[in-house]
Parts: sequence; C-alpha cells; structure tokens
Amino acid sequence: MAENVRDKVIEIIAEQAVLDVEDVRMDATLDELGIDSLGLVEAIFAIEEAFDISVPFNANDPSETDFDISSVAAIVSAVEHLVAEQAE
Amino acid sequence: MRRVVITGSGTINALGRDVPGTLEAFKNGVCGISELAFRDVERLAIRIGGQVHGWDGAEHFDRQQLTLYDRFTQFTLHAARQAIEQSGLSFSGELAERCGVVLGTAAGGVTTWDESYRTVYEDGKNRVHPFVVPRLMNNAAASHVSMQYNLLGPSYTVATACSSSNHAMGQAFHMVRSGMSEAVVTGGSESMLCFGGVKAWEGLRVMSRDACRPFSANRNGMVQGEGAAVFVFEDYEHARARGAPILAEVIGFGMTSDGADIVMPSADGAARAMRGALRDAGIDAGSVGYINAHGTGTAANDRTECAAVRMVFGDHADDLMISSTKSMHGHIIGGTGAVELLACVMALHDGVVAPTIGFEAPDPACDLDVVPNTAREAPVEVALSNAFAFGGFNAVLALRRI
Repeated sequence: MAENVRDKVIEIIAEQAVLDVEDVRMDATLDELGIDSLGLVEAIFAIEEAFDISVPFNANDPSETDFDISSVAAIVSAVEHLVAEQAE
Repeated sequence: MRRVVITGSGTINALGRDVPGTLEAFKNGVCGISELAFRDVERLAIRIGGQVHGWDGAEHFDRQQLTLYDRFTQFTLHAARQAIEQSGLSFSGELAERCGVVLGTAAGGVTTWDESYRTVYEDGKNRVHPFVVPRLMNNAAASHVSMQYNLLGPSYTVATACSSSNHAMGQAFHMVRSGMSEAVVTGGSESMLCFGGVKAWEGLRVMSRDACRPFSANRNGMVQGEGAAVFVFEDYEHARARGAPILAEVIGFGMTSDGADIVMPSADGAARAMRGALRDAGIDAGSVGYINAHGTGTAANDRTECAAVRMVFGDHADDLMISSTKSMHGHIIGGTGAVELLACVMALHDGVVAPTIGFEAPDPACDLDVVPNTAREAPVEVALSNAFAFGGFNAVLALRRI
C-alpha cells in the first residue's frame, strides 16, 4: 500500500510539473519542480480524488495544519498518514 | 466636463436592509458574518458567510415578479428603490431617454443555476421552470431596474469578478461626466451563498472557516457575503437645480490590468489603478484621508494591497486610514465595491471611518493604520475605494466631501 501511495502521489506531482515520473526527486521542493500555488491546489485536489481523502490545506496559511508540503517526501508521508487514518 | 455627485443610495446586506442600518453597524463595528443556512450546508467544509438571513421575497414582490427575480435581482431592486426614492428623481420624457442603469455582478443568478441543475441532475427531472434563462442572466437585475423606473437610455451589466461594481460605477461616472446622461443608476449585487456557489469557492482553498480578519497577522482567508448597493450618480448642476440631497462627489476613476496571473494579485497593477484615480481626479496623493481597502483577509491580497499603498502614497501612507469592511459584511464579490462605497460616503459625509473588525495581531507586511476594531471620528476630504479582481482587473474610485 505504502509503495502505491508514493507512486500515485509522484505521478500526480509529475503531471502538474509536466515532468517524467523518474525526474521527480523525493527531496525536491514544489518550487524546484516549478509548481506554483494554483498547481499545488490542483495537485491536492487530484490527491483527494485519487485516495478519496480530505486534505486539510488552506492556501492562506499552509502551516495552519500539519499537512507538510515542504518536499515531495513530506507530501507522500502526509498523504500516507491521511490514508492510514482513514483506514482505521 | 460635468461634475458628478451622488444623490441617492440604497443597500441590503448582512448588516442591514437599508443605508441607515448598515452605517449604524459600520459605526458600531458589528459583525454580520454568521452560520450559513441553506439546503445541503452540512456537505460544505466552509459554513460561515455574510448571509442576509430571514429574507422573504414575498414580502416585497408579488408572485408574477418573483417568478422572474433571482435573489440577486431581488436585492438589487430593494436597494434601487431606496436610492431612487432618496434622490427624488422620476424618469420621463427626454430625461428618461438619456438616463440608464449600469450594474456590476460577477455571476448573476447563481441560485437559479444551482436550483435548475439540481432539478435535472440530482432529481433526474427532464423539465425546468420556463423562466430559468431570464432569471439567471447577468443583466436581469439591471433590466428590471430599467423596466421599473423607465430608464430608457444606455444600460448594461459589467462582470469583472470582484471589481464588477467598481467598474460599473466608474462607467456611470464617465457617462454623467461626459454629458451622455444626466443621471445613471449604478452599483452592484451578488448572491452566491447556495450549495453550488460556496462549494465552488471551497475548491480554491482561500476561504476561512472561522472569521474574516483583514490585515491581522492571524488572518486565514476570505468569507463570502451577499447583498447589493445601488446609487444615483447625477450631474452636479442638475442635482443642484432641483435641490436634491448631495451625499458626496465622485471625482476620479482609475482602472488597470495586471496582465500577470489569474488569481494572484499584483502590487504594481493595484498601485497603477490608485495613481490613475488620483490623476483622473486631479488631486495629490497627500489629500487622501481614507481608503476603503479591497482587504479580503487572504494572505496574498492584504500584503500586496499594503505594498501598493506604500508605493503610491510614500510617507503619507502612515498618515491615512485604510479599513476593510469585508470583516463585517463579508466579500460580496461583484457587489462588494458598491456596498463598500457606503463606507466612503460615511467617512466623507458623517466624518466617521468604518473599522476593520476581527483585528487581533499586527502583521509587519500590513503596517498601516487599518482602523482596528473601533470606528473613528475623523474629518475626511477625499476617499478612495479599491477593488482588485481575480483575473487581474483593478478599479479604484475617488470621492470628495461636498
């Protein structure tokens, strides 16, 4: 499952960044990938749709919630957390 | 060129159903934002708004009218009646043929769209009310005003998202100033507080779940409102000759485009619009005492707007007052500039500046006098009203005390 979450999140991010999946490094920031605020909101929407989860994210204050968007790895781990929470 | 004055005003919004009620709320720093109440609200993540609660169209319009009036049209007609009555104008003969109505709305009859789609998609019906189209069209409100008051000259509706009513009032100002019309009924209206309307906004993730706190360090987004405000803009000599009440003078209008981003604001575009309004009015930046801010309460707008004010006003930025009444009535989208113009008229006419309520902590990126939480008595000679829309369209009006 964990592997699947990671692959799917990377696929979504790659699509937003218009990159190949293999070019999305886990330590890359969204900024480095060229994803702006609109791209981020769209990526979060795609993640919610893909995993049928609700991502707590307010564009005004990304630090308001514990959904960490500081890197690809952070996003993957946050989504894994939400998916696991939902399975409980 | 003619001088242009305001000889009538009317409104309905979460703070009040007329101008005196709204100004009283401005002066007392009342918050009109509350729990939303409409069908399916429990499926929303955002459940607060500046809603006009308890509004029953049947108390104001007959059955025939109601079949044609979306909520945004009802609000418009309610406000227009107050404004036109106050102005004392009646339109007949040549005057009727030269006068018109120019209103702003971003989305027109959203409730009508919502209900019609629910009927065909959710309820699975194959038939909708025959007047869906004339109810939902963006110009429905302006058309009904023109029909009801015999305004037979140039009339239309402007849709530039959150700048709609400022653009509309700017056009009305140009029409009267140029001599095209003796008077123009103008302002704007919006009502998208329904399930589909709020759901669409939720998607952008810029909405606050608890409060609208413009310029406050802990602000976390905008809160949507609904309502309308309508004014009569009139040729000064025409108004004076008939002894009309004069609330304020409209002296300038500036409009610019950012040409940059569909949602992110630009300080440069906002600054150029404010400078344009000052230049059009032929006044120095130093004469401005109050700015009614766009002040949405989003992180991006408030920071950018304050930077733009500093660019335009330099050291004078520290001497002027700037407040956002959206903290009280919410963001009325295409009608917001019209409702907010009431705060400018109040500052000029009554010498009371409306506060920015919900202000809890200063933000170094918004280090201006935002009139926090409490209204202030202060003489104001010139006021600006800012509107900066999604899509990068900016519209700023300049008004003077008279």
